[in-house]
Amino acid sequence: MSFMKRLKMIFSAKANKALDRAEDPRETLDYSYERQLEMLQKVRRGVADVATSRKRLELQQAQLQQQSDKLETQSRQALGAGREDLAREALTRRSGVQQQQQDLAAQHAALQAEEEKLVLASQRLQAKVDAFRTRKETIKATYTAAEAQTKIGEAFSGISEEMGDVGLAIQRAEDKTQSMQARAGAIDELLASGALDDASGTAKDDITAELERMSSQSDVELELARLKGELGAGKAPDAIEAGGTSDATGAPVAEAAPAEPARTEGDRP
Amino acid sequence: MIVRILGGEGQLRVDDTHAELLNGLDSGLERAVEAGDEAGFRSALADLLAQVRTLGEPLADEELVESDALLPSDDATLEEVRAMLTDTAEGLIPG
Repeated sequence: MSFMKRLKMIFSAKANKALDRAEDPRETLDYSYERQLEMLQKVRRGVADVATSRKRLELQQAQLQQQSDKLETQSRQALGAGREDLAREALTRRSGVQQQQQDLAAQHAALQAEEEKLVLASQRLQAKVDAFRTRKETIKATYTAAEAQTKIGEAFSGISEEMGDVGLAIQRAEDKTQSMQARAGAIDELLASGALDDASGTAKDDITAELERMSSQSDVELELARLKGELGAGKAPDAIEAGGTSDATGAPVAEAAPAEPARTEGDRP
Repeated sequence: MIVRILGGEGQLRVDDTHAELLNGLDSGLERAVEAGDEAGFRSALADLLAQVRTLGEPLADEELVESDALLPSDDATLEEVRAMLTDTAEGLIPG
């Protein structure tokens, strides 16, 4: 078992060094306990940090999802308006967004795994610190030098190994969190610069602008057609009859109908 | 024998009757580390971790005992493990 044991020896040497042992082992018990409590605080902070990063990723995932949905709606609208080029552009952007989404999903899973590990590690460290406190009090109460040396030695080794490992786990989580925060920052920048478009809808992207332009254009065309219809109706006398006999439901026709006879009557004499 | 799996996973108690099996896997892992064989390291580590998890019983949280052996976590890289074996720097506990 040479490899596993070698690793253990190197690790223990370092972990034990971290818990500076003094001449009288009893003196170091309280000091060590303080260090353990500090370590517990660190793990809990580590858990909170990872959770914060995870939540930020979740927020970005939601924004990207919104973005993806919006682009899909736009592509439908564009296609409905006969603009295949615009629909293609929207779908191309959507696939870019989806790529980012997949990326974030993988990061999210990794971060969540890291968080779960840290939560378990902090729970375990808490239990071990409690056990150490109990043992510390027992040792202090029944202290005889020779006996205490061994007992304290065991307790120290056990706790320092645990703290060493938890320390490593925190460091790993911090490294991962940092690299993810850098990436999350880059996505925030992309979202802010409009390259991925602003999912909050405060800024208009060019596809929206084009769709709106098309829509307002077709509104104008409709309005024009309506006006033309009205004018056309005024010129043709048979339209009055049609309006009256068919009992038209459209308000413009109903309004136009009484107006026309008044004018035609005035013109006739 | 008490084995700790690093990365916050904790300790397991493995019966000594499995020593021979674990020894063999351990030697394979050691050879891969020394040869700098990343693929060999990956599979040897995965095998050893799987065996330890299958044969071992997790220790209760409040048990305060020293381990007899340590194993890197699943996601440890060959580089990290080599650094661990050669690193003499202090500061294992951050801060």
